Amino acid sequence: MKFDVKHIAKLANLTISSDEEKKFETQLEGILTYVEKLNEIDTENGQAINQITGLENVTRDDTTAPSLTQEAALSGTKNTHNGFFKVKGILDNE
Amino acid sequence: MSDLNKLTIKQALDGLKKGDFTSIDLTTACLAQIERLNPEINAFITVRHEAIEDAKKADESRKNGVEKPLLGIPIALKDIFMTEGIKTTATSNILKDYIPQYDASVVKNLKTAGAIIVGKTNMDAWAHGSSGENSDFGPTRNPWNTKYVPGGSSSGSAVSVASNMAFAATGTDTGGSIRLPASFNNVVGLKPTYGLVSRYGVIAMASSLDSIGHFTKTVEDSAIILNITAGRDEFDATTKNSPEDYTKDLGKDIKGLKIGSLKKYLNGADENIKKLTLDVEEKLQKLGAEIIDIDLPHSEYAIAAYYIIQPAEVSSNLARYDGIRFGEERSHFGEEAKRRIMLGTFTLSSGYYDAYYKKAMKIKTLIKQDFDKAFEKVDAIISPVSPTPPWKLGEKVNDPLKMYLSDIFTVTANLAGIPGLSIPAGFIKDNLPIGIQLLGAHFSESLLFQIGYALEKTQERRNFNI
Repeated sequence: MKFDVKHIAKLANLTISSDEEKKFETQLEGILTYVEKLNEIDTENGQAINQITGLENVTRDDTTAPSLTQEAALSGTKNTHNGFFKVKGILDNE
Repeated sequence: MSDLNKLTIKQALDGLKKGDFTSIDLTTACLAQIERLNPEINAFITVRHEAIEDAKKADESRKNGVEKPLLGIPIALKDIFMTEGIKTTATSNILKDYIPQYDASVVKNLKTAGAIIVGKTNMDAWAHGSSGENSDFGPTRNPWNTKYVPGGSSSGSAVSVASNMAFAATGTDTGGSIRLPASFNNVVGLKPTYGLVSRYGVIAMASSLDSIGHFTKTVEDSAIILNITAGRDEFDATTKNSPEDYTKDLGKDIKGLKIGSLKKYLNGADENIKKLTLDVEEKLQKLGAEIIDIDLPHSEYAIAAYYIIQPAEVSSNLARYDGIRFGEERSHFGEEAKRRIMLGTFTLSSGYYDAYYKKAMKIKTLIKQDFDKAFEKVDAIISPVSPTPPWKLGEKVNDPLKMYLSDIFTVTANLAGIPGLSIPAGFIKDNLPIGIQLLGAHFSESLLFQIGYALEKTQERRNFNI
C-alpha cells in the first residue's frame, strides 16, 4: 500500500518537512501492511458495533444553566476583536 | 512523623480521623518527595505548592466536623484532565500555556470529596504512547530503575503513586495507558468499564475507547477512589448510574470462582512474565478458585483493529486544535501525533472508510463476542499486562510498530469495553516490577476488586524506600 504523505498532510492541515516525509512514508506503509491482517477475516455479513455497553437514546433535560462568560471563553486566545475570536479570512477579496 | 507519604489512602484517612497527623503533614510529605525526586524522574509537569493552603482548609473543615470521603488526601492528576485555573498541557507544545476555564467532571468529584491536588503529571503527549517518552517536556523515568521506561501513556501518574509523591493519581486508558504503567511501577491500576466514569473535560484521544481510571497503592484504595469517580454525568452520554459501593466485596473469599487462563497466548510473552502469571494462577487456585483454559480466537486481530480505530478517532479529535480559540498552531504537533493524525486521516478518507474503519468496527464486534462467550464460562480472566518487562529508554522510539505491539494484551479490553485491574505480581532482575491484569464482564469492577484484594493478601507489598 502506497502512502502519499504530502496529500494526506494537506488534508489534515499538517506541515511536514522533507525528512519527515520519507520517514513517515516508510513507517506508515509498514503499519498499513500490518493491518492488512484483518483481511483474513470475512466480515461481509458482520455488524459494526458503535455503543459498546448498549446504551440507547440517552438524553438530559434541555434546560439552561450557567455557562462560560464571554470573557472566560476568550481567555485562551491571543487574537480577539470586539469580544469575538479573530480568524483569517476564508474567502478571497474578489 | 516521617514517611507519612508512604501510607495508603485507608491508613491516611484513619490517621486523620484519629488526629495522629494533619492534611498539612501529608501534603508537606508529598511535596517534599516531589521536590526530592522530580528533577531526575520528571513525573510532574506542574507542582502546586498552593496545595498546602488547601490542606490547611481541609484540616479546619475536619476540625469543624465536616466529613468527606477523601478530605485532606493529596492526589495527582494526569495532565490531560482539565483543571480550572491550572495549566493543562496534555504534554504537547500545542497546549504549553493553556489554562482551562473549568474542571473535568472527575476532577470536580474528587475536589468535592475533599482531595488535595498536588500537581499535574507527565505523560505521552495526547496519551499517544506506551513508554512515556513521547512527552514534549521530556520522558518520565522508572523510579525503580531510572534507566528504564515507566510505561505509558499515564507515566507520571503511575510513577507519582509508586514513589510516594501522591496517594492516588488519575489516568486514562485507551489501549492500556493505565494498566501498562501500573504494571511497570508496582502499583494498582484500574481501567473501568467504558462509560462507568465520565470523560467530560478529559482531553479526548479516541472517544469510543477512552476509559477514565486511576492508580493507587492498594486494591482497597482503588475501590475508594472509584466510589467517587463512577456514575452518570449529564455531560457524558455514555455514562451510566452506578449506585454500588465498590468496597462491599473486599475480603469476601474467592472459593469456587472460575477464572479464565489464556495459557496458549502466554507463549507470546517474555519467560519471566509467563512464569509470574502462572505463579499468580497457582495462588488463585490455592485460594479456592478454579482455573479454566479459555480461548479468545479474534484477539490476534486486536492490535490491527485498534491501530485503525484509534488513529481515526485521534485525527478527528485533534482536528479541533487550530490555534484560534486556544493553544498554538498545528505546526507545534509532535511526531507521534502527526503520525496518528495522518494514519487516521488516510483511513477515513474518501474510498477507504469501508475497507478500514468500518472493517475494524466489525472486528471489534467479534472481539466483544469472544469475551461474551468466555464470560459464560468464567467469572473473570487473568492475563499478563505487557508481553515484555519494562524496556530501556530509547529502545523502541524509532520503531512505532514495535512500540504499538506492547499493547497486545491490553487493547482487547478497550475494544470490548470491559474493565481491567492491573495488580503487582512481583519483581524481576534489575529491580523491575511486573503486574498482571484481571479482566471481567461489563460493570464487574466489584468482582475484580474482590479477586484483586484476595491476591494482594497473599503477598507483602513492596514499598518504595527512597
